[in-house]
Amino acid sequence: MLRHALGMAWKVLGRRKVFTGISLFGISFTLAVLMLAAALLDHVFGAQPPETRLGRTLGIYGLGMVGESASSTGFPGYRFLESHARDLPAVERESFFRNLGWITAYHRGRKLTYWLKRTDGAFWQILEFDFVEGGPFAAEDVDRARRVAVINASTRDAFFGGGPAVGRTVDVEGAPHEVVGVVRDVPFLRFTPFADVWAPLTTAPNDAWRDEVRGDFQAILLARSRADFPEIKAVFAHRIAEAVPPPGEFDRYHAGADTYFEFVSRAVFSSQADASHPARLRALLATAAVLFMLLPSLNLVNLNLSRILERSGEIGVRKAFGASARALTGQFLVENVVLTLLGGAAGLVLAALALAGLESTGWIPHADFRLNLRIFAWGLALALGFGLLSGVYPAWRMSRLDPVQALRKRTSR
Amino acid sequence: MTMIRLEDVSKVYRTDRIETLALDRIDLTVEDGEFLAVMGPSGCGKTTLLNLIGLLDTPSEGTVHLAGEPIRTRKDRALAKIRNRTIGFVFQSFHLIPDLKVVDNVEIPLLYRDLTAKERRRRALHALDQVGLSSRIDHFPGQLSGGQQQRVAIARALVGEPRLLLADEPTGNLDSAMGQEILSLLEEVNREDGTTVVMVTHDPAMAERARRTLRLYDGRQVA
Repeated sequence: MLRHALGMAWKVLGRRKVFTGISLFGISFTLAVLMLAAALLDHVFGAQPPETRLGRTLGIYGLGMVGESASSTGFPGYRFLESHARDLPAVERESFFRNLGWITAYHRGRKLTYWLKRTDGAFWQILEFDFVEGGPFAAEDVDRARRVAVINASTRDAFFGGGPAVGRTVDVEGAPHEVVGVVRDVPFLRFTPFADVWAPLTTAPNDAWRDEVRGDFQAILLARSRADFPEIKAVFAHRIAEAVPPPGEFDRYHAGADTYFEFVSRAVFSSQADASHPARLRALLATAAVLFMLLPSLNLVNLNLSRILERSGEIGVRKAFGASARALTGQFLVENVVLTLLGGAAGLVLAALALAGLESTGWIPHADFRLNLRIFAWGLALALGFGLLSGVYPAWRMSRLDPVQALRKRTSR
Repeated sequence: MTMIRLEDVSKVYRTDRIETLALDRIDLTVEDGEFLAVMGPSGCGKTTLLNLIGLLDTPSEGTVHLAGEPIRTRKDRALAKIRNRTIGFVFQSFHLIPDLKVVDNVEIPLLYRDLTAKERRRRALHALDQVGLSSRIDHFPGQLSGGQQQRVAIARALVGEPRLLLADEPTGNLDSAMGQEILSLLEEVNREDGTTVVMVTHDPAMAERARRTLRLYDGRQVA
């Protein structure tokens, strides 16, 4: 039966080529836009190197402070993290790191700009960077404040013209650091691992960062498993509730141990740092996708109705020979899903082209928008969803055609 | 055994403005293996009667019995199953699906049974052999003459081995030679397989070939 329905779908597609073309154009364009959005979301939130352990990683990405008459949001400082985020239960390893942003350096008389991150040793154990030369610096290097650095491939090219970099030096905040490793470029939108140069926390020009409650730090916490998230969150929340900020205008902290998606949902829905809304963000994204599909779906519903109406003679015959309304609904749905899957395949190609175009503009540093299996699965789900959304009503309506009325029409193309 | 029994069956079509009595208190019994012709002028209710017997429509009053069982259900799935197992239809305008090859058209009733593709194909080829079209299995309906198309339609009606064949003016779109050929085929099916045949026609010569004729006029049974 399924084989027959698939064969029938193929034949129906060939009947009215202009209709089919219009339908396919609408479907592929709609799905291409959605797949583009899915690819961008996956680029930001999906697990991919070096964040291969994202499924069991929580982070402390922000810190809010609230008082009677004032509130403030920003990033935590080292002292805050050391006091409240160290040795949480069920955390296998934690890393505290600083985002110092764009730094200017001079190399052989040339002015170079790169993004600097200062990290501890655990950073390199939680994240799995792809080293093309050398390796990471270790906790011992950080403890002993050795002037070592890891750079990315683009920085190596900028500093050393593409030649080997390990053993050579780069200028980090005015001090020469020996390159110990070179990693593949990390996309800019992967905010946790992204940088051009990574240097130890301890080689900073001064130690003021050690005493800061608010600063430019973030933390990542590698849980033993995802099942430990609730416990880690609860203990951290408890510690924060009991903590008191330094004397001043604020009297309590707002912070959470979040997945990155949860942290973004806080930013989208709340200026306060104490409430995460991942379910709301998911619902918002799903609603946006459905709304975006709605208009083309209605269009496709209309096209489908007129296409199926032409086949009322066939419907009458099938009913006369024993097709139930359910069997006919199934057949028409299969036909519509075949159409949308074809549109989905075309949409995937269009999305891949658009992503390649976006990547080549260089607007997002080191962006890597390759379509992966996850995006393909999203595309498949979207195409199926679109096929069902636009196919259910026409299929249901047509399957309920009165066979006597249906047989009055000729079985025509 | 009684194949068809209609008890005081009436059919009324209603619209907002008008009520049309298509069939008026029909009582009819057709025995298993009979060949019945239904005759009457256009609009007398012949096709309506066939649709009621074929469970494509439901009576406004009265009861239809099929193969000894009263049809009381109005459930789509149950009626579809009875049609699929018990009844074969032949239409005046053939109603073949133009995109499907002859053999695929014949397989249609078997799609709604729990059969393997191989078994469906075997039965369809056998039915096409019965109507003498084994050499045309891969043709499309548009590549066949009217008579050949009607023979394909008969193969489709027979492929599920129904006990009842309902033919609505099966020769209406054919020239007389082809019409004779089709009628002979229906007679053969009735004679050799014992299939009950009910054929609607307005052609007295065709009706004479049946064993019994039911005449309708203005929705009423007149003979």
